[in-house]
Amino acid sequence: MSPRRSISSAIGNSPVGRGSGRLRAALRPATSSAGRYFGKHQSLSVLVGMAVATAILPLVVLIPPFSGFGGQNDFVDGFASAGVFVLLAVGLNVVVGLAGLLDLGYAAFFAIGAYTYAYGASPFSGLDVPFWPMLLVGAAVAAMAGLLLGAPTLRLRGDYLAIVTLGFGEIVPVVFLNADKYTNGTNGISALYQPALPAIGDFGFINPWPYYITVAAIIAVAMMLLYRLEDSRLGRAWMAVREDELAAASMGINTVTTKLLAFAIGASTSGLAGVFYASKLGLVSPSQFGFTISFTVLAMVVLGGMGNIWGVAIGAFVVYEIQSQGLKQLNNFVASSGIPPIHIGFVNVDLSAVNFLDYQFLLYGLALVGMMLLRPEGLFPSRRRKQELHDVDDAGASNQELVEA
Amino acid sequence: MDAGILTQQAFNALTIGAMYALIALGYTMVYGIIELINFAHGDVFMVGSFVTLWLLSTFGVQGAINDPPRLTIMLIVMFAFTMTVMGLVGVVIERFAYRPLRNAPRLAPLITAIGVSFILQNIIQVTFSNSPVNVPRVIEPQAGATVQLPQFAVANFQVTASPVTFAYSHIFIIVLAVSLMVALQLFVGRTRLGRAMRSTAIDREAAQLMGVDINTTIALTFFIGSALAGAAGVAWALNYGTTKFDIGFQAGLKSFTAAVLGGIGNTTGAALGGFLIAFIEVFSSQLGYSRWSEAIVFSILILVLVFRPTGLLGQRLAERA
Amino acid sequence: MTEQIAPPVLRAVRLTKAFGGLVAVKDVDFEVKAGSITSLIGPNGAGKTTLFNVVAGLSDPTEGYVEFLGQKMVASPERGWLEPILWVLPAGLVWLLTYGLGLAGVVTAAIEVLILVGLGLLIATLIVAVIRPAWYTRLLVVLGVFKSARPNDMVQAGIGRTFQNIRLFANMTALENVLVGMHGQLKASPLDAVLRTGKQRREEVASIEEARRLLQYAGLRNRDNELARNLPYGDQRRLEIARALATKPKLLLLDEPTAGMNPSETATMMKLFSRIRTELNLPILLIEHDMRVVMGISDSVTVLDHGEKISEGTPDQVRADARVIEAYLGKGAI
Repeated sequence: MSPRRSISSAIGNSPVGRGSGRLRAALRPATSSAGRYFGKHQSLSVLVGMAVATAILPLVVLIPPFSGFGGQNDFVDGFASAGVFVLLAVGLNVVVGLAGLLDLGYAAFFAIGAYTYAYGASPFSGLDVPFWPMLLVGAAVAAMAGLLLGAPTLRLRGDYLAIVTLGFGEIVPVVFLNADKYTNGTNGISALYQPALPAIGDFGFINPWPYYITVAAIIAVAMMLLYRLEDSRLGRAWMAVREDELAAASMGINTVTTKLLAFAIGASTSGLAGVFYASKLGLVSPSQFGFTISFTVLAMVVLGGMGNIWGVAIGAFVVYEIQSQGLKQLNNFVASSGIPPIHIGFVNVDLSAVNFLDYQFLLYGLALVGMMLLRPEGLFPSRRRKQELHDVDDAGASNQELVEA
Repeated sequence: MDAGILTQQAFNALTIGAMYALIALGYTMVYGIIELINFAHGDVFMVGSFVTLWLLSTFGVQGAINDPPRLTIMLIVMFAFTMTVMGLVGVVIERFAYRPLRNAPRLAPLITAIGVSFILQNIIQVTFSNSPVNVPRVIEPQAGATVQLPQFAVANFQVTASPVTFAYSHIFIIVLAVSLMVALQLFVGRTRLGRAMRSTAIDREAAQLMGVDINTTIALTFFIGSALAGAAGVAWALNYGTTKFDIGFQAGLKSFTAAVLGGIGNTTGAALGGFLIAFIEVFSSQLGYSRWSEAIVFSILILVLVFRPTGLLGQRLAERA
Repeated sequence: MTEQIAPPVLRAVRLTKAFGGLVAVKDVDFEVKAGSITSLIGPNGAGKTTLFNVVAGLSDPTEGYVEFLGQKMVASPERGWLEPILWVLPAGLVWLLTYGLGLAGVVTAAIEVLILVGLGLLIATLIVAVIRPAWYTRLLVVLGVFKSARPNDMVQAGIGRTFQNIRLFANMTALENVLVGMHGQLKASPLDAVLRTGKQRREEVASIEEARRLLQYAGLRNRDNELARNLPYGDQRRLEIARALATKPKLLLLDEPTAGMNPSETATMMKLFSRIRTELNLPILLIEHDMRVVMGISDSVTVLDHGEKISEGTPDQVRADARVIEAYLGKGAI
């Protein structure tokens, strides 16, 4: 403490810092731009934003054309499932977007969370722990798995880390598949107990609303906490490590611990998603947690805009809805619109016979490549990333702002 | 204990290892020159097997060709065509997906690599099939030299020996893979272009100053690596007689493990690693743990990276955190 | 107390650094006295950067050690085998392997026990890590998981540095760069941040205020919210210095801080260094390629050539030293 005080007081006595008027002037912009750091209203805006979105989405689907695609309950059920991916994406964003660590085995932690719930609340184990504490347990177990994987491997350079996590993502389902005694092998664990919270209704397979509300609440809380972390000392350390690891270490950041925390926090969010997913589906089996989940979530994060929590959440929601609803509707639309087959030379294109669902991964692939080449900051870039790409205008603007302040 | 079965399994492992080694070479060469893990490489291998399938169906080949001259010509055509096509595919991928990002953060090309992998898989899935498809095996799979090993006893321990079949297709694959590897070594070690590749791998800027055309050299590396993966695809088709749009993922991951095990950036190491991984896989299956064999291979990958990130033959690459 | 008697801030004792057969630094002793500017100069390839990296904790010396504020800094204990987290996953994988390869039985039982013990330790560590990250880090250091020569430990001890080829966090703002430099001083844990405790908020407000003052002190005005990569070259150098000051160093290491600057910019920088020394009473170790730059402000100069110290003393003494002239200008110049 004392050296700190000595230097700041020394600076305070220096010609530049002297004089309370000057000091106050220097402080004033702090309050305006500090919004970025502290987000005094950020927690509130996340909660309000999520509440508004949660309230509006079920109403939107009552409007044509959406109303023609299915009943409101089907949509709400889909939204609840989308919520799982939003959670996953928001968690992976910490690892990939903030700390810059490429994690390709993210589904492993999702699986671990889901199986944790399956143990805690199913006839298979005989335990019946309520859903709510299981959320925390699942997050903690997944975080621990993240630490276990991260501790020995985070010293590796980035691309090695990607491969190690990919390998880990492959091992975990294999272990769940083969350890029949504990996991019931291929069949998985079924008949998981449903959450209970009378206040928001009866959780059941026919009633998606309580799940929808629950997942929205979990997302809101997770996003709020992640925003707070991002704006803290730890969040800056993550970004510093992402930018330049050696320089970060030379600023006193313990890079290993910092990366480990990113890994653990990302994993715990994934664990939350796993617990919720297991409770909603009522069963877990190893085949649900393949590498496609990891890659889909990665695509969501990249598309949404790495580093931007809201962007990633929206990106995940949009991608999920496109793949689950959009492509199906596109099929129906094209099939019913009666577009005639086109003949160009010997190539026959019959759009009405195309099943767009088959092209899901092609779309992901094109989106990933196109995104990296053309718009690396994502669809919904964070302010920072946007600024990178539009240096000149923004630099001028922010100077202007400061001059006015 | 049955010496015959052991020998048979070792021979099988050698065949599989030859394919892993061919794929691993591509990983290691690309990593050596631009420090990128080319996630799409496994899928290049997969596409190679489908290119062979397409070629065979175009020629109307239905099954084994028993006429030696025709078989030789067919094999030459298969390998030459598939390797050229896949080499070109590799060059195109490099040109459009990686080259624009050469100076971008490391995360960027890794992500495009994943994207390219998706694209290749999906194209094959839509053009061919969702499920496994049969590829005619031009070399009669049953044909081979059958050898009876001598049976003997050590003290009271009887060593039996069932007959061992050295299938011609397997022998062919092993011989071909080894000759390709030798050719690669000679190319990299003895030719002007090979020297350009090595110098680019060591220091890109310095090589450029010395008059090496970096773009051509990197494209050439991709061509060779992808052509080798294409050869592995043909070998896969010859060996298994079946292929599927997603074989590239597992095979790619295993080959990458092989490359890391041998020491990434080191071509001899990649070959060595390929054979080692195949032996581990085959023998863990033989011991009755086939369901675990994947987990075992990936555990080895993680352990190697944790304890000896340089691999068996590699140089120091891992950074201190 | 006169300056001569005061103990040196930094003392390098018989430092040797060899890369394989190549000895880059051989048996070098030097010290930085309290409140002084000490310069380390020498022609290209003299071993300045190697020496600098050893002092900054980037690499361990082959022989010798660095003493900072009377404490030996670069000890390099072997990696500890007790670190629980590090070993649980490998142990689990080994277990999987032994299981997979059919060696189950005795080996597996032993490893299972190890895993359980490891898990127990892990949980304990985890709790500590959440409640008191600093203790956790300290624990890892004590266990030898982190070599004490790590750069971050050097910073915690009080050695701040800049980089020869500017290494700012390019996509963070100037203010954020400085805030990262304060990382070690801030005490709020992730838990504080999540709960947004009063302590954390007060700390953040105070640190932003201080970061602004540091930016101004280094001569960066109205640049707070600009991305580091958009700053002009000279400002990037200043920002590096502000960032290094933010680590609250007791010694500042500057690695060729005027490289690539024109004479007038260089002069301004030199003035800043003198101010840092006099106003903050902060000793500086300056690495320079160009002898003329350091002569004006240094209290003491150490000259390296081919990894060996060839001269030491005040700028005037060094300037007159025949060996120095020889090293810089070649044998015939005398």
